[in-house]
Amino acid sequence: MNAKRSDHLATGLIYTFVAIVVLILFGLIGYILVSGVPHLSWHFLTTPSKAFAAGGGIRDQLFNSLYLLILTLIISFPIALGAGIYLAEYAPDNWVTSVMRTAIEVLSSLPSVVVGLFGYLLFVIQFQMGFSILAGAIALTFFNLPLLTRNIETSLSAVPNLQREAGIALGLSSWKTTTGIILPAAVPGILTGVILSAGRVFGEAAALIYTAGQSAPVLNYGNWNAFDPNSFLNPLRPAETLAVHIWKVNAEGIVPDIDAVSNGTAAVLIIVILIFNISARMLGNRLYNKLTSSK
Amino acid sequence: MDTFIAPTNLELAIETKNLEVIYGDNQAVFDSSLEFPRHKITAIIGASGSGKSTYLRSLNRMHDKSVTVNGQIIYRSVDINQPKINEYEVRKQIGMVFQRPNPFAKSIRNNITFALKKNGITDSRVLEERIETSLKEAALWDEVKDDLDKSALELSGGQQQRLCIARSLSLRPDILLMDEPASALDPISTEKVEATMRKLRKDYTIIIVTHNMQQASRVSDYTAFFHQGRVIEFNRTQDVFQTPHVKMTEDYISGNFG
Repeated sequence: MNAKRSDHLATGLIYTFVAIVVLILFGLIGYILVSGVPHLSWHFLTTPSKAFAAGGGIRDQLFNSLYLLILTLIISFPIALGAGIYLAEYAPDNWVTSVMRTAIEVLSSLPSVVVGLFGYLLFVIQFQMGFSILAGAIALTFFNLPLLTRNIETSLSAVPNLQREAGIALGLSSWKTTTGIILPAAVPGILTGVILSAGRVFGEAAALIYTAGQSAPVLNYGNWNAFDPNSFLNPLRPAETLAVHIWKVNAEGIVPDIDAVSNGTAAVLIIVILIFNISARMLGNRLYNKLTSSK
Repeated sequence: MDTFIAPTNLELAIETKNLEVIYGDNQAVFDSSLEFPRHKITAIIGASGSGKSTYLRSLNRMHDKSVTVNGQIIYRSVDINQPKINEYEVRKQIGMVFQRPNPFAKSIRNNITFALKKNGITDSRVLEERIETSLKEAALWDEVKDDLDKSALELSGGQQQRLCIARSLSLRPDILLMDEPASALDPISTEKVEATMRKLRKDYTIIIVTHNMQQASRVSDYTAFFHQGRVIEFNRTQDVFQTPHVKMTEDYISGNFG
């Protein structure tokens, strides 16, 4: 086989594989959207779900998902940022560091059901938090930390060493170099990681069934007192999310319009993740341009 | 090994006494004693792996803690190679320009003001004045004065390197260390950087590492020749190139090795 032919063959193969990936992705997303979007309506988004009758919506589940995501990011992002900075900029190259890296890798491949059961035993039962958003957010933090830490570490390490030397040579400390030069340059990579992990958190069900619970008590969106049981802000109330709702409706739902509810919910889930990804990417680019004053 | 170190009898900016640099089990620089006269350009030449860059980086304490640097580095009659010396202050006095241009991913303006602000200079009049003087010293002002808010990454390689020189100068250092500053540049940019160096000699002491002997002979007043981690010869540049005292220097300069 001559070079030209093998090149053609390899290119063809690569295109085929890309086509397979694209087909699967578009097929899945298309299927979910096509079967779900017709069920969407303002009513569906703004009505609480119903246990027995048809016509229930997903108002509380949608809010719970967003609230849980925000809480999870508030807990996990600072920890992951600190750990990522340590691993990329400060960690000496020795066995302690490599044990830490291995532990992070193991944690990242932990099945989410296990994370959920662990969260159930420790937070829900032992610490008597009950099924609550907070227990769910902490469980998701365990689930989210390894990927986020690894992502922040790689984004920081991808900034060329010459940049660090430039900072050091100007008499700046490692800390000032890291926060003033390396971190701004790593923003787009870190943001991509946050988006990816946010998508995972948003779509997670197994870990939440045992921690945030499967019930959606009626919420009062006018009650801003986070300590009131019916306040939408109360982090200690049980909270069913969109993904858990899909699972529950399909597994044990007795409403007559199961298909409509579960397809519609799945479509909302996908659409929210899409909106989140696109807007976060735009925000990230703007932030990067502002920090680095490139066009 | 045969060596020849000429005395300079001039006011010195910095000197090293019996300096050695050790990476783990590997010694890169042996027993090097050199004098760098004030407001002169001294070139350090030598083959790859001769220890010249390693030596240069020890002068402003750029080696991290995994590297052992023994011996004395005398700057303003103080040995700055002691643990109690604040290496951050040393680096503000002894600036460095690297082999590849490494501007920050920031605007031209912020490239220069970043370190100043972190060092507590916030008066915008002082900052503006530093931007202008530093860029003028680095012969970049005329090319960028209307685009100070443009990203430094949009400049050409040669402009980026002159920006890096300006960035070092903005801290008003005493000495400028240059580690092969033109090796990644095209001939025209190289010429601009060299012209800048000649101008800077008036106010700064420059120590430049280069593998390019023509460059050393073009820009420097003094030349040190390194071989296998040792200083082989140090003298006025024209003497090193025209009447070398050591056979090995002569061999290197005439291209017999390296």
